[in-house]
Amino acid sequence: MDKNKLGGHYLEKYNEELETLRNRVLAMGGLVEAQVTDAVNALVSADVRLADQVIKNDARVNSLEVIIDEQCAEILARHQPAASDLRFIISIVKTITDLERIGDQAEKVARMAVHLAEKDRPKNQYADIQSLGERVARLVHEALDAFARMDVEVALSVAREDANVDREYESVMRQHITYMMEDPRTITRALDVIWALRALERIGDHARNMCEYVIYLVKGKDVRHVSLEEMERAARGETPGAE
Amino acid sequence: MDGMTTMTEQNTMTHGVTAGLFENTERKRLRLADETIALEVQDLNLYYGEAQALKRISMKVAAKRVTAFIGPSGCGKSTLLRCFNRMNDLVDACRIEGKILLEGEDIYDRKVDVAELRRRVGMVFQKPNPFPKSIYENVAYGLRLQGVRDRKVLDEVVERSLRGAALWDEVKDRLHQNAFGLSGGQQQRLVIARSIAIEPEVILLDEPASALDPISTAKIEELIYELKEDYTILIVTHNMQQAARVSDYTAYMYLGEMIEYGDTMTLFTNPRKKATEDYITGRYG
Repeated sequence: MDKNKLGGHYLEKYNEELETLRNRVLAMGGLVEAQVTDAVNALVSADVRLADQVIKNDARVNSLEVIIDEQCAEILARHQPAASDLRFIISIVKTITDLERIGDQAEKVARMAVHLAEKDRPKNQYADIQSLGERVARLVHEALDAFARMDVEVALSVAREDANVDREYESVMRQHITYMMEDPRTITRALDVIWALRALERIGDHARNMCEYVIYLVKGKDVRHVSLEEMERAARGETPGAE
Repeated sequence: MDGMTTMTEQNTMTHGVTAGLFENTERKRLRLADETIALEVQDLNLYYGEAQALKRISMKVAAKRVTAFIGPSGCGKSTLLRCFNRMNDLVDACRIEGKILLEGEDIYDRKVDVAELRRRVGMVFQKPNPFPKSIYENVAYGLRLQGVRDRKVLDEVVERSLRGAALWDEVKDRLHQNAFGLSGGQQQRLVIARSIAIEPEVILLDEPASALDPISTAKIEELIYELKEDYTILIVTHNMQQAARVSDYTAYMYLGEMIEYGDTMTLFTNPRKKATEDYITGRYG
């Protein structure tokens, strides 16, 4: 299934409904991506107002999830989609669950931002959070891009990059454990930082999940719970639906 | 698709999911290679005069499974279905090349007794066609033709067939009333009872539910699930959701050719051919 294949049904209304659905997912994704960026910025620059805004906006993310789910149910009931249309709906139902959870993680980061704003700023000005935050925000962006363009290669690159994010997360975690051991007075703050880092790492995992759905959507292959190598093999294997 | 099954299987092993609840949900795709083959079509061509209605059809039909034929009007699916019990012999200017093997024997061989073939391969049509007789006599008809007179045998077969067609409870108190008094859905099940009374091996269903309301349709579909325990079933349907619901294998036909044939699950979630995809998703190619 390529990106232009959403249309082409005899039933023009069906084309419109699918297109609206895709646009809504992308709108939800855009909002979630902004939530991640804002939460990280709020934390790094101790901007409590921005953090509060992120916390408030999470309700919008949640309601978009509900609206999109409802629209998916309606399309299933009305049109009984098959083949790529069916995979499109299934992958959206799953994608928005991950998007909603990314929203929750962004909210967590924003809450940590509020906590940390009251504390002394560390010497590195939370450079590690900023770096990891920018990385996962980009992952979310690219995962959405892979979905919008139904691009398996972009999806694979997100999965690969998520492995790097995991590595960076582990190394930053080790650093913070070292700080805590060296100076126990930093423990309270370090714990908040660790919570935020953990939330960012989870966002990377959700972005990877979204890419797995893109591969399912395009190739009809379920690549959840498999290694990166197997995922690449499955995604690049012979292409069904392309003859 | 094979790759997918393997991966899922590996997951099951690594996660050690063996609890009873999950054993049956582990979905194995059906494969023709694992099936007993009831019918085999070999390089079949069919012509109505100059026009070729079926082009080089070759397929194996799994025994005691439901095989559905889908495709737009005029694609040849009903024509192909009628080849399995030589109903096309009745059409003037119809010429057939190739073979259809039933249990290994060519049904188009000159030695074949067509009446016996049609006993082994029963057929149900779009419009229910009960005879203008009682419910009982409709079901007993085939046996009477075979010369069975024994009332006890007839009673037994009538009851067993009506039960088999999920109609017994609805008609047992009026077996001797005219079959035309039944509803369309009941008439269709009566016709199915009539065809299973003579113990066929294969049942051909040509749009058996297209003239029925949703509840009668559901009853017919439920019946198909039960019948495949004992019979090989081939069904032609315009209703793709029906094909997806009742069949194990599906063949998509277009302009007399078999475009794609495979397990129903794969065909409806991830077809190999773009033409199949376009048809089942309602797209213009």
